[in-house]
Amino acid sequence: MTLSYHLQVVNLLAALLLLISFAMLSQRRIVGLITLFAWQGAALATSTAIVAWSTGQHHLYWSAALTLALKVIAMPWFFFRLVRKLDVEREVETMINIPTTMLIGIALVIFSFNLALPISQMSGTVTRSTLGIAMACVLLAFLMMITRRKAITQVLGFLSMENGLFFAATSASYGMPLVVEMGVALDVLVGVFVLGIFFFQIRETFDSLDLKHMEKLKER
Amino acid sequence: MTTGILLQILQTLLAILLAPLLMGWVNQCRAWLQGRSAPPIGQPYRTIKKLFHKDAVLAHDASQLFRFAPYLIFACMVLAAGIVPTIANDLPFSPAADVIALVGIFALARVFQALAAMDIGTSFGTLGARREMLVSFLAEPALLMVFFTASLISHSTELPVIVQTLAHKQFVIYPSLAFAAVAFWMVSTAENARIPIDNPTTHLELTMIHEAMILEYSARHLALIEWAVALKLFTYSALGIALFVPWGIAPAGDLSALPLAVLALLVKMMLGGAGLSLLEAISAKLRLFRAPEFLGTAFLLAVLGMLTHFLLEI
Amino acid sequence: MEIYWVLGIPLFGGLFLALSGNRSNAPEINALFSFLTLVAAAVLTVRIVAEGPMMAGDSWFFIDSFNVFLVALTAFVAFTTSLFSRPYMRIEKEHGRLNDKRLRLYHSSYQIFIGAMLLALTTNNMGILWVSMEAATLATVLLVSLYRTPASLEAAWKYFILCGVGIAQALFGTILLYFAAEKVLGAGGNALLWTHLNAVKDQLEPTVLQLAFVFLLVGYGTKVGLAPLHNWLPDAHAEGPTPVSAVLSGLLLNVALYAVMRSKVLVDGALGNNMAGGLMMGFGLLSVVVAAFLIKRQTDVKRMFAYSSIEHMGLVTFAFGMGGPVASFAGLLHMTMHSLTKSAIFFAVGHATQSAGTQLMDGIRGLIRTNPTIGWGLMLGTLAILGMPPFGVFASEFLIITTAMHEHPWATPFLLTALGVAFASIFGKVQPMVFGETELPRLPHQPALTPVFMHLGLVLMLGLFIPPYLADWYRQAAALLGG
Repeated sequence: MTLSYHLQVVNLLAALLLLISFAMLSQRRIVGLITLFAWQGAALATSTAIVAWSTGQHHLYWSAALTLALKVIAMPWFFFRLVRKLDVEREVETMINIPTTMLIGIALVIFSFNLALPISQMSGTVTRSTLGIAMACVLLAFLMMITRRKAITQVLGFLSMENGLFFAATSASYGMPLVVEMGVALDVLVGVFVLGIFFFQIRETFDSLDLKHMEKLKER
Repeated sequence: MTTGILLQILQTLLAILLAPLLMGWVNQCRAWLQGRSAPPIGQPYRTIKKLFHKDAVLAHDASQLFRFAPYLIFACMVLAAGIVPTIANDLPFSPAADVIALVGIFALARVFQALAAMDIGTSFGTLGARREMLVSFLAEPALLMVFFTASLISHSTELPVIVQTLAHKQFVIYPSLAFAAVAFWMVSTAENARIPIDNPTTHLELTMIHEAMILEYSARHLALIEWAVALKLFTYSALGIALFVPWGIAPAGDLSALPLAVLALLVKMMLGGAGLSLLEAISAKLRLFRAPEFLGTAFLLAVLGMLTHFLLEI
Repeated sequence: MEIYWVLGIPLFGGLFLALSGNRSNAPEINALFSFLTLVAAAVLTVRIVAEGPMMAGDSWFFIDSFNVFLVALTAFVAFTTSLFSRPYMRIEKEHGRLNDKRLRLYHSSYQIFIGAMLLALTTNNMGILWVSMEAATLATVLLVSLYRTPASLEAAWKYFILCGVGIAQALFGTILLYFAAEKVLGAGGNALLWTHLNAVKDQLEPTVLQLAFVFLLVGYGTKVGLAPLHNWLPDAHAEGPTPVSAVLSGLLLNVALYAVMRSKVLVDGALGNNMAGGLMMGFGLLSVVVAAFLIKRQTDVKRMFAYSSIEHMGLVTFAFGMGGPVASFAGLLHMTMHSLTKSAIFFAVGHATQSAGTQLMDGIRGLIRTNPTIGWGLMLGTLAILGMPPFGVFASEFLIITTAMHEHPWATPFLLTALGVAFASIFGKVQPMVFGETELPRLPHQPALTPVFMHLGLVLMLGLFIPPYLADWYRQAAALLGG
């Protein structure tokens, strides 16, 4: 272990990111989930900024600022407002009980660590070992999406997945080219607004944001 | 060698004497946070003293085991307090038990407590013992995993070596310890019968665990058990300090670092106690059926810490 | 220069239609913008055919025979669909299913959707490709839920979430690609440019590219509608307005497959084996078989043809997976034929459902009496998509199957069985719709059937005779795909 301190901090933040992913998986209340999502964004922005500072990759500052603006401030604010406005019930319903979900989560973490190991050994970046964590975050967010019933939690899962992907980009290759990152951020922003409209449509039609009303279209 | 023995005695005495103080501090902090007027910080000492002056009342059915248990529990805790490096590292007692054996010592105390509780045959005692066994059955594996994570870093299960690696070598951030620390906090709340698993101040039949087991005790027996409880909290705090924030513990045989070590210990204990009461004030007690989930989460976090260690720190 | 027109017109059109209020002539403006796009695309195509591949905008855009053919196809189908949607949406409005506000949303989203697809096709940057694919998805989510019925909202939600997850996988694949590229090309924007990557593809790290391709295939494959990731597709097609079904089926699936193909070329170069092709063949074959057997169980006409789209996209994916000049040629041809035919069918189906007032096939009877042109359009379209000679689909399917017999004989029985099952079920269901007994009155409106017969005419022409310059062009494109 001869990493410099700021990279140790990045590693610590990576661990924190994973911890928050697990906390989101075990969180029962929607408001708590949104707060955790904001914290995840904050951890991501901090680690991106530290990587930017320690490697001199200035475009990463932009990326960090973008994350901070969108995922720590704008989106949680938007979601809090939405929850208040739509009067969503506070408890999250799950398809599988939470301990089982956590066990599956651990299995996913082991899987992604194994998958990432050969790749991270090839990487030239100093933050390479966090690639496995990024991958685990992506898979955990995916798990959250498929085990939750409420529309809003699915979206939070989706956005948390996006966080994991950004983290993967930062840790594996010091981020994507700036244009691409801008584009991705724009898409995410537009996506969230489309969703906002969509939530209102869903609620107008079903009087609820619970997705169990939306299980009619199936192959019989 | 003699300094070592002296230090050992000093540390053990310090633990025995300071333990009720920590308890008093936690109670005081909690009272403040809840907006009540706080009991004096020395209240646990007074309680223990008062109890020692009373005459013991024993149930008719109580066997020898029932009388014998408080002494054994107290002895276990004293032994544990002697082993965990509190103010100085690498004391003569330390090689007696590594972290795994330490878990065993705690388990021994708990088994006798549970046996004593069932000994009289009241329904509350049995109920408390069964609940205690359920909780500890879940908490112990998690605690062991926490210790394994810590010992992976220092390649040893001996506490002095762990402290040595973390405190006296070059400073390195170990992300895995962050997971382990959260898991450790969760386990120690369960082991010390605190919120959210148990509530030390309640005597409500439906929820109590630890209190149910000691309902039949009185006078000196109760005093010893209360003291042992305080000592356990102290030992766990010392353990947490040794594993996660060991800076300040005097290196082996270095007497000059001792005053600083005592000061560091006091400061850390004060902060830790305040933190504990803060967390207790903001969280609610879980239903008993949620306890397995809570402890399962602790276990998973400890496992995650271990995995993170393999990914990030090798 | 043409490239900017091709991209600029639809994007400007989208903004214009969104900001200029609820206009009663919006359908015409929509068609006008689509027509201008088509003209620009035609000019671009002529130039590429004459001058060969070109880069534009500081190598941000790259156009070769492969994507210019898709650009032309996209612009063409987008234009004919806008012609079809003009009367169709008017009738929907008269039926009270839509209002002016939603039509405004529809028209502007339509243009932006076309613009996003054209950007995806022409960009040289794998990252921008991803961004524009996502933009195309977002533009259509609100189109699928345009009717605001519970079923359409559910379909749109499924579409958004499944494609969102899929596209997130593709982003991960892109990140891995950049990760491999950065070591060869250095950090920065150039490392994701396809032309640069293509030049150094044999130096890229094979392990990483292998993993990247799996993610890219799963990600973009979700949008292609490959089984087992196809769940969103039938719902979105069945519940959205028919013009949207036509462009989704005829265009979006192609564009997604285009993204997969661009990645495949890189991965093939890096790996030196046919791992990517094998995967594509597997997914393609599975889609063909799964879709064929699901077609049998459908009762909703748009759903049935949606499954047919999955089947045909599976077939194209299979053909591209086989690789080689003949199979790639056949794949490209089939892609064209499928786009033209399937959108024609959706046009006819749209009018048929409008006149019957239901999408259930049991409720649609005797089209040949109520409206002979729609009836014939649907019948001919169905025959064409089922691969009856002399339509072009026959030629491309024939090529694909003979190549498969030659190179991968094990796959032939599956393909033939699936095609047979699909033929029997679709024909069996369409026949009573067209020729059955009915009491329904004739449709009061004049349907827009020019697009239907325009498409079918082209398919017929290409089935009988492929002009030499067109064949040349396909061959060039096939060669680019590693033929």
